[in-house]
Amino acid sequence: MTRLELIGATASGLLFGFGLSLSQMVEPQKVQAFLDLAGDWDPSLALVMGGAVVVTALLFPWVLRRPASLSGASFSLPTRQDIDAPLVLGAATFGIGWGLTGYCPGPALSALTLGFWEPWVFVPAMLLGAWAGGGYARRGTASAAQLADV
Amino acid sequence: MTEFTPVTALAGGLLIGASAVLLLWMNGRIAGISGIVFRLLPSDATDRPWRWVFLLAMLAGALAHQSLPGVDYAAREGYPPLLLVIGGLLVGFGTRVGNGCTSGHGVCGLGRRSKRSLFATVVFMSTAVITTYAVRHLWVLA
Repeated sequence: MTRLELIGATASGLLFGFGLSLSQMVEPQKVQAFLDLAGDWDPSLALVMGGAVVVTALLFPWVLRRPASLSGASFSLPTRQDIDAPLVLGAATFGIGWGLTGYCPGPALSALTLGFWEPWVFVPAMLLGAWAGGGYARRGTASAAQLADV
Repeated sequence: MTEFTPVTALAGGLLIGASAVLLLWMNGRIAGISGIVFRLLPSDATDRPWRWVFLLAMLAGALAHQSLPGVDYAAREGYPPLLLVIGGLLVGFGTRVGNGCTSGHGVCGLGRRSKRSLFATVVFMSTAVITTYAVRHLWVLA
C-alpha cells in the first residue's frame, strides 16, 4: 500500500462512515421505515441513495477518463455484463435479509460504534454467511470470474 | 415510525457519493462495502491492508459523527435475536454470491451505468420491500 493509497482509503472510509451515520442509515428502524411502503413511509433512504448516485454518476466518468488512479494503481473494475443465476440468487437473498432486519453491510458495520447489541449479533452472522457464500461461489468451474466483481 | 429527514439524508448521501469518487480516483477501487470487507476473510483474502484501513476509517467516521453535540441514536427495542442471525446469514451469503450490496451495486454500480448492478439493485430492493411487507403486515411482527 503506497502513501497515496493509505490517504485515499482513510479519507474515503471516514467520509463513508460519517455519511452513513449522518443520514441515520445506521438505524435499522429508519431503513425499515423506507422499505415499508404500506406503512408510515419514510422516504429518507431514497435521498441518501439518490444523492450518492448523482455524485458517482457525474464524477465516475471524469475519473475513469484518466489512464490510472492517482496512486498509480490501475482501475479495478468489474468487467462482466451478463446477468447470471448467482447475481439473481445473491441479490434476492440479500434483499430478504435486508428487509427482515433493516441492516445491509455498510450500516451494520458502522452501527458497531453505537454501543447497541444488535449489530454485534448481526455482523458475525453476516461474516459467516459471506464465508458460506464464498464457498458456494467457488464451487465448480465458473468461480474465478465471479471473484473479480464488485 | 421515523421522521422524514431530507436534509441529513441528502447530505449523507452526497458524502457517501464523494467517498466512492475519492476511492476510485485515488486508489482505483470500487467502494462496495461487502466486497471490501468480505475479502478480509481468510478464505477470500486479497490485498488486505487497504481494506483494513478503509473499514477502520469508516468506523471512525461514524464515531466522529456520533460524537458531535446533539447527535443521539435510539436502540431498537424488542427485535428477536434469532431473526438478526438469520438476516445476517442471508445478507452475508447474498452479497457475497451476488457480488455486491447497496453500496457496490447501488451507489457505485449505478454510477458506472452497469447493467448487472442495475439489475441486482432492482432485485434486492424488490425482495426487501416484499419481505418487509410480509413481516410487518402479514406475519405481524413489530
